[in-house]
Amino acid sequence: MPGDSLNRRTMLVAGTALVATAGSGLILPARASGLAPTPSMRGGSNNYRPGAPIVDRIGGGGFWMTGTVRQAGDGAPLPGQRIQIWAHTTEGHERDPQSHGATLTDANGEFRLEMPQIVPAFGQPHGHLAYDSGEFETVFLRPIMSSARDKTLAAHFVLQPV
Amino acid sequence: MPRPGVLAVWLALIAAVAVPVVVAGFSPYLAWRSPIYIAAGFAGVIGLGLLLVQPLLAARMLPGLTAMNSRMVHRWVGIALIAMIALHVGGLWITSPPDVVDALLFRSPTPFSAWGVAAMWAAFAAVVLAALRSRLGWRFRLWRLAHASLALVTILGTVVHALLIEGAMETVTKATLCGLVLFACVRALIRLQVWDVKPRG
Repeated sequence: MPGDSLNRRTMLVAGTALVATAGSGLILPARASGLAPTPSMRGGSNNYRPGAPIVDRIGGGGFWMTGTVRQAGDGAPLPGQRIQIWAHTTEGHERDPQSHGATLTDANGEFRLEMPQIVPAFGQPHGHLAYDSGEFETVFLRPIMSSARDKTLAAHFVLQPV
Repeated sequence: MPRPGVLAVWLALIAAVAVPVVVAGFSPYLAWRSPIYIAAGFAGVIGLGLLLVQPLLAARMLPGLTAMNSRMVHRWVGIALIAMIALHVGGLWITSPPDVVDALLFRSPTPFSAWGVAAMWAAFAAVVLAALRSRLGWRFRLWRLAHASLALVTILGTVVHALLIEGAMETVTKATLCGLVLFACVRALIRLQVWDVKPRG
């Protein structure tokens, strides 16, 4: 049928071409340069208090916030990066100063900070994390716990140099 | 002394609204919330309960009330609903201003926020329509269709909002109340035949 421009054959050809292009990295610019930076999440910066102190533990502990920090592009782990953490917990609201703390990544770019149990607030059990030290672009994350009974929550940063 | 049947309906209605409120009062989450946050949450729970009463009054489905009494109570419950919405949003604003600003601007990360805000604006519009009814001078059935449509948006938005939230309400009592609200709403719309806007001959 001459007038039928969207037949099975053209769809197959176009589809194959699309897959081939995507595979070669031409569609996603981030692909071309390797690991893409993590974008900030909506609401991630809510109740942020800049300059949370580096602490061994936030409050009485019992819950673990974990994660990794890597560099965009090559994905190299970033040691010594300061990650700020806050949440609504059994010991305070998000806005309360005692709900905020910070930690540094280790040699493998991993961080782990003990904090009080996160409890659902504003409809979801969630935490907040920030990278805001200036060397890389600022990123705010707002991960959600799959269950309010979870004792741990993970968040991963891929940072873009400024 | 009201007839036993009438009394049973009213007791059932009071229980349907009150049981979810009482059960939410035993939520473990309350221990970790400030009084203002708790009050804001309960204003939401009570507001959901009022949405069960409103369609029943509008369609005069509650026994023992004259048509005029039904309308008067419907008006006062409507005003109470607006007060509950104001307490709910105001209390949450005091608890966490950025979260409420995000919700009001429809840019919140939580999916239930947009449903709640849409329901709020529909409720406000329904009340404005009620307050301006005589001044507007619309034909009654046209006015009723507009008011009922806004009320329907309020109810659907609120039910989705409530069901998606992980909060102080216990899940079974919440789902039951939401089901009753939807049922009452559909029954009232059908009973009044709100879509029929032909003038009565």
